[in-house]
Amino acid sequence: MNAPIILDRRRVLAGSGALIVSFSLGGAFAQEKPAAPAPNLPPSLKTAPFLDSWIRIDANGTITAFTGKAELGQGFKTAFQQIAAEQLDVPFASLQVVTADTALTANEGYTSGSHSMQDSGTAILHAAAQVRALLLGEAAKRLELPVETLRTENGAVIAADGRRLGYGELVANDVLHLQAQPDSPLKDPATFKVMGESVPRVDIPAKVTGGAAYVQDMRLPGMVHARLVRPPSYGAQLIECDVAAVETMPGVVKVVRDGNFLAVVATREFQAIKAMDALAGVAKWQENAQLPKQDELPSMLMAMPSRDSIILQKSDPKVVGQKAIEATYTRPYQSHGSIGPSCAVAQFADGKMTVWSHTQGVYPDRQAIAEMLRMPPADVRVIHVEGSGCYGHNGADDAAADAALIARALPDSPVRVQWMREQEHAWEPFGPAMVTKLKASLDGHGKVADWHFEVWSNTHSMRPGGAGCLLAAQHMAQAMPVPPAKPIPLPEGGGDRNAIPIYSFPNAQVVHHFIPDMPVRISAMRALGAYHNVFSIESFMDELAALAGRDPVEFRLKHLDDARGRDVIAKAAEGFGWLRGQTPPRDRGFGFAFARYKNLAAYCAVASEVEVNRETGRARLVRAVAAVDSGQVVNPDGLINQIEGAILQSTSWTLYESVSFDDKRITSIDWQTYPILRFDAVPDSIHVHIINRPGLPFLGSGETGQGPAAASIANAIANATGKRLRDLPLSRKRIKDAIDA
Amino acid sequence: MTTLKVNGQEHQIAAEGDTPLLYVLRDELKLNAAKFGCGLGQCGACTVIVDGKAVLSCVTPLLLVEGKQVTTLEGLGTVQAPAPIQRAFMEEQAAQCGYCIAGMMMRAQALLQRNSKPTDAEIRGELALHLCRCGTHTRILRAVRRAAHLMDTAELSPANQESVR
Repeated sequence: MNAPIILDRRRVLAGSGALIVSFSLGGAFAQEKPAAPAPNLPPSLKTAPFLDSWIRIDANGTITAFTGKAELGQGFKTAFQQIAAEQLDVPFASLQVVTADTALTANEGYTSGSHSMQDSGTAILHAAAQVRALLLGEAAKRLELPVETLRTENGAVIAADGRRLGYGELVANDVLHLQAQPDSPLKDPATFKVMGESVPRVDIPAKVTGGAAYVQDMRLPGMVHARLVRPPSYGAQLIECDVAAVETMPGVVKVVRDGNFLAVVATREFQAIKAMDALAGVAKWQENAQLPKQDELPSMLMAMPSRDSIILQKSDPKVVGQKAIEATYTRPYQSHGSIGPSCAVAQFADGKMTVWSHTQGVYPDRQAIAEMLRMPPADVRVIHVEGSGCYGHNGADDAAADAALIARALPDSPVRVQWMREQEHAWEPFGPAMVTKLKASLDGHGKVADWHFEVWSNTHSMRPGGAGCLLAAQHMAQAMPVPPAKPIPLPEGGGDRNAIPIYSFPNAQVVHHFIPDMPVRISAMRALGAYHNVFSIESFMDELAALAGRDPVEFRLKHLDDARGRDVIAKAAEGFGWLRGQTPPRDRGFGFAFARYKNLAAYCAVASEVEVNRETGRARLVRAVAAVDSGQVVNPDGLINQIEGAILQSTSWTLYESVSFDDKRITSIDWQTYPILRFDAVPDSIHVHIINRPGLPFLGSGETGQGPAAASIANAIANATGKRLRDLPLSRKRIKDAIDA
Repeated sequence: MTTLKVNGQEHQIAAEGDTPLLYVLRDELKLNAAKFGCGLGQCGACTVIVDGKAVLSCVTPLLLVEGKQVTTLEGLGTVQAPAPIQRAFMEEQAAQCGYCIAGMMMRAQALLQRNSKPTDAEIRGELALHLCRCGTHTRILRAVRRAAHLMDTAELSPANQESVR
């Protein structure tokens, strides 16, 4: 249950472990190209259709499930184990899940967009069900009995006469090396034993006892420690660097300089840190950055060249608006703010590069690192090992590239690179700043007649694929240029994610202004544009409800046809005790918000009670009640944990967070200059109600809470103070200024 | 050489005296629990207990802890025989990525050793410095309360353990 996965991987690397034996016996690797996959397969099964890319059974009965996704603390590893155990009819503890590794698992791209359950979970679900059917068929053949007379239990096929064949006995001759079929004999949810149960997470015991749980905890034999000296600002050039004195410091193994890429390697970690400080002292940089004026960010964004597209156009000339309002909402750059700065280990041996990374995408990262090193991708292996929670594209991929570049300069030595706090804060790609402009009118019955929504945003993904996305590749002498930004296409969208309202409005127009230029380094952060778009839409819905003189919950329901959405709204309102005409206690406010993430993933509604100190302007979330529908639930407590976390993280973004910078440098470089939620502001309670949908597809839920939580808090602050705040973060000062205005 | 007592064992440490305790624990003694989070004493991920008090190991030089009793999360219990605080965090499933958790647990352990029945405000006050980014705060608070209860009823046999949630 608490397998030291890092040790296993080391054994695999050494070529002496059980894992590698079983895989080579299996004969097939997840990357093998299929003849022609069956149509209508779930997406991940289509790209990796061999069943033994997902489920392997050894002759001794050992069962392993494989996923190309990376466990980031969301807990899906446990959920996948539940799914495989359920569909295979084996005890939960009898199998193991192996996560993203370019040598072992399918290429499932990035672990992002709340796709893990939807893609990988669904692939494992179907693969496991089909494997069970194959085993039944094989047993029927051997026992010469009709398959209908056989049943499975506890890792074996059992005949009516009591004869029993273990799964291990049945898997000879590559019986599982078959392509998935479109139809899977899935179990009836009413018979589930382990799916739908709050099975404790498999990774938590190691994490609460000091086990090796993170890439930061890896200690390979002969491993050396590297630290980086990053430029002081974007685009700075290293003009002078006399490394002689640093090279003679205690423990220093090497100074690695390649253009503007500067690092030092030492035998002990603190020696590397001291040498890093010394190296920073002798490095002279010419700074070229011209960052925008922070105070003028929204108007600057709206003035930048953009590629505009109308993503929704709907008209019904019969419905004409009478009362109209408009509003502009803004979001600053915000930081992923991982508690553990990025880290990676790399080893270059026998012409092959192995990188252990907390990247969200082992395959794209391998592609980028190979391109940076000008090596064939087949000679680079990237293995995911957990890091600190990332919530999107933080420094993980960059640290992996740093480690690889340094390791190449020190053949055979495993190199561990650990970013410092200020490096993570200054160099991670931030969640992009955004502006939304809304205009709407009400008809004579208090319903929305006309809705206009415009959003200005950069892309929300500059993840590697090309080497130019990696800092190391940008900084090395033969620098690789940052590839041009591309918008993420709908229906998922990037800056326009959730820009199309889920509500039914007779006249509506939604415009996406995609801004290609990126004055500040940005990329994917949990929920992408949905955080700000939902904050805007759901704040504006409250403004419209007030204009119509309607209760906010009632107003939403009046505009929503989606039955599952209506159920989620009703559940959250009921759980909160939401009442029409309610009066909150003095200096408190109630707020409500709802969204379906990407308009195609999980549904989430959040009701909040917020307390506002009128003297200081300080707002505190007192309690939150959420309802979520993510289809068939696999691990209810895991889902609750994700929604609770989403609410608290979004509370932090919404009340406190903004990346700061001057004309050259990022100035929010630690937890004092980039404050986040602390325990004194944690709510008294969060209740999450799940609406389970047995047998329905999994709907990604890791990001669905971000937007609703933000708008629900903003609406509660407006309810408490009578003032509408539209610029994120809803800081103490902004609230105080609004109260005093 | 500096003499350091960690989790009841005495060690001779070769590292320079200005080396922060964190790196001695992680690199010399190969202990995983204390984490590097900021190196600035701002986040709490590196917290260990020194002579009964919670200490930020990333800003505590080795020479200041010479001869003192250092306890890390590893010293409290194991997966097989978890200490009450560890059992409580498992039972409450009080982690997502879990990177901050070891530090939280050590701070809470130090609190519970001197105050077996802290109020909610006391727990929050004690953890004020500690940062969690996944948003597991409410679970952490529940786990600390549960740990207080478990420590109070330490004789509770394993057979009487409550199931998770």
